[in-house]
Amino acid sequence: MLDYLLSFLILFGAIFTFIGSLGLVRLKDFYTRLHGPTKATTLGVGSILIASAIFFSTRGTGISLHEILITLFLLITAPVSAHLLAKAALHLELNSLAKIPTKKVQQEGLEQANQTEVAQQTTEKIEPLTSSDGSQDQELAQKQ
Amino acid sequence: MRRLLPHPLLTPILTVVWLLLNNSIAPGQIVLGLILGWAIPLLSIRFWPDKVYVYKPLTLMRYIIVVLIDIVVANFIVARRILGNPDRLKPAFAKLPLDLTSDLAISLLANSITLTPGTLSARLSSDRKYLLIHALNETDPDALIVTIKQRYERLLKEIFEKC
Repeated sequence: MLDYLLSFLILFGAIFTFIGSLGLVRLKDFYTRLHGPTKATTLGVGSILIASAIFFSTRGTGISLHEILITLFLLITAPVSAHLLAKAALHLELNSLAKIPTKKVQQEGLEQANQTEVAQQTTEKIEPLTSSDGSQDQELAQKQ
Repeated sequence: MRRLLPHPLLTPILTVVWLLLNNSIAPGQIVLGLILGWAIPLLSIRFWPDKVYVYKPLTLMRYIIVVLIDIVVANFIVARRILGNPDRLKPAFAKLPLDLTSDLAISLLANSITLTPGTLSARLSSDRKYLLIHALNETDPDALIVTIKQRYERLLKEIFEKC
């Protein structure tokens, strides 16, 4: 009975890992390709590790729980590497099926990008004001 | 107290990780784990200067369960999309305005977004107010952002930030 459960878990894990890798071939652009390895493989590797934990807990000496740690590290590192790859791809402006937001929008946010544009327009008007403020300060300093 | 134990939460976590690595609960390993759990946060304080508070541990447990279930669902959804016709996919970028301010909460949110169905966190704006998300197949980015905010960000805010 246990053997059936273990072989099911290992096969299930292998299939999902395979589908995740298949995504690299089938999907069309860099960003969508990132989805395959980050998601489909977590469940695949996860179920293989569960099978490993069950196998060594029942056959070896004592309970084997290393596998929990491997799963945990995998869940932490997979998204981080995907995030870095996506960030690098955005920086290099790789071709994408989706419309890539402009650099300014990526950096500051849509509303803020508009605000900075407005701010840039207004700074020209503000500049003489600030300089006059500065001269007032100087006058005050001279009076003092 | 602050100088001796910079991260009270990190000590038990590191001890448990050490015991798992060694696969044993012998008294010697527990003592060694406690020493490491005390020394490592002390030595890495410059890397992690802000103190981490968990205001609601029960909500944290709920969050972990929600994310784990979503990871399993995400795997099936992405597997189906990969096996289906890739030409029919409609990838899109979406912008998520962040309400979170704590570094740990933002990184946990970004991790959860990547692990959950059809979304990938791609870039954090330099002012930490927006997260750029890539969706594998999304026709309505606004609805996606509302879902993420309600499902994950609200919980994370309750857990790590004082309201």
